[in-house]
Amino acid sequence: MSGLDIRQKGWSAALIVLFFVAWELFCLMTGMSDLVLPRPSQILVTLVERFPVLWPHIIQTLATTMFGFVLGVALGVVLGAFIGVSKTAYDTAYPLLIGFSSIPKVAVVPIFVLWFGSGTVPAVLTALSICFFPIVVNIATGLATTEPELEDVLKALGASKFDILWNVGLPRTMPFFFASLKVAISYAFVGAVLSETVASNRGIGNVMMTASSNFNVPLVFAGLFVLAGLGVALYVVFSLIEGKVTGWATRKNDVIAT
Amino acid sequence: MRMQPTSNFSGEAVSAGSAPIAIELSDTSVTFGRGTRAVPALSTTTLRIADGEFVALVGPSGCGKSTILRLVSGLVQPSTGVVIVGGREVAARAMRVGMAFQNPTMLPWMTIERNIMLPLKIVEPFRSQFRKRRKTEFRDKANALLEQVGLKGFGGRFPWQLSGGMLQRANLCRALIHEPRLLLLDEPFGALDQFTREELWSILQKLWMTHKPTVLLVTHDLREAGFLASRICVMSARPGRILDDSHVGFARPRTVAMTFEPDFVALNQKLRGMIVDARSAAQEGAA
Repeated sequence: MSGLDIRQKGWSAALIVLFFVAWELFCLMTGMSDLVLPRPSQILVTLVERFPVLWPHIIQTLATTMFGFVLGVALGVVLGAFIGVSKTAYDTAYPLLIGFSSIPKVAVVPIFVLWFGSGTVPAVLTALSICFFPIVVNIATGLATTEPELEDVLKALGASKFDILWNVGLPRTMPFFFASLKVAISYAFVGAVLSETVASNRGIGNVMMTASSNFNVPLVFAGLFVLAGLGVALYVVFSLIEGKVTGWATRKNDVIAT
Repeated sequence: MRMQPTSNFSGEAVSAGSAPIAIELSDTSVTFGRGTRAVPALSTTTLRIADGEFVALVGPSGCGKSTILRLVSGLVQPSTGVVIVGGREVAARAMRVGMAFQNPTMLPWMTIERNIMLPLKIVEPFRSQFRKRRKTEFRDKANALLEQVGLKGFGGRFPWQLSGGMLQRANLCRALIHEPRLLLLDEPFGALDQFTREELWSILQKLWMTHKPTVLLVTHDLREAGFLASRICVMSARPGRILDDSHVGFARPRTVAMTFEPDFVALNQKLRGMIVDARSAAQEGAA
């Protein structure tokens, strides 16, 4: 089992290394100008050299993402719980939610800028509006799929709607919830960077825009590397939390202990 | 104690004796839906069950057996008539109720022990003491019950580590942990194999003889009804009404061997005959 696991991870790592080596060789062999496509080694050097300048922007992007994410999760949980407990509410609210979620979020950034000026606020709001939808859907679905027999058993005991929600509904929603957190954090990140790119003077998105207008292409790519790194890191963090909290939902293949 | 089977299998009303009435349905009927789409589920029914009785409801499928159970647990409101449980209307919840269905519905994220303790989190007076006693007294209580059903040492396991029969035993424990005076069982052993089922009959009989709750058991298995019940009510096809109400006087504790003795087989055949008649009457009515 674990032997195969390690081998799988080895292949994944090898593929990543191979990708960058191929990129480096491609640039060297074709004599590609670094104004078009810089070599990974150049990008790495730029990243290290400019790191003190990049650092506050990284913090800015991370903070806006997390802030938007936390607000989005709070909103998503409340809204999801509301429409999940009642079939009628679910059916009634769903079309509106679909409509809202299918608006490309780039299109709402100008509106947020119009209302709140450029900077941190529209970035947070964009992150929020882009990440709350998967949370709503997953919480609502989790709640709507509670076994009716169990609900009957508890109701016969005199349990209130809240008792059932607290003891059965919410815990059973956790696997759905954490699965959606992984998606939502990536979305929030996209939203924040998007808004920074369009209308902000801080954050990685803005650094990349500025660098690109100065033809500092290695710096643009350095920003891209930072974004990729942050995105992966956030995803990993929430995957680990998911595994810890909702292990019970993913143990299907475990061997039964004696 | 009466040792021989009593012979009042006929339709005569059964007197409750001196024991107080636990459940009373007076002219109760249930209709689901309204207007042209109304579906009558239960015809006007009157039924009295004394405290500590073990009553089995048998009858063709869809006849309203489960509806009676849901009436008594307060999950369904009667369309006409009243349902009195423990001297008050059902809604007042004057009596603690334990319930178990065919599907054991253990929560997958909790150990068996914690699953069984779930009612204690809901029902007073345990509810207010739950935080304080869940690690001591309540846990001991859960483990004592587990021992009684032959699941000693399984409290720390998770539901997916147990077989169907074991889960159903745990389900019985969960239905009994809060010391209910009334136990409602809806085909609890329906999904189990013959041998596990017979084993669980004995366990349920033992639990009933120790705790003496009033039990209302819905079942399709006539041997099960004869083995467990002190009284059997036969219901007609939908919309159900009670066709026959008779005592079962076999001595306790009953054994599986007893279910093959002539008296028991005769009871079984009588019940079977009534249900077959009820079914064919319904089919003629429909045609």
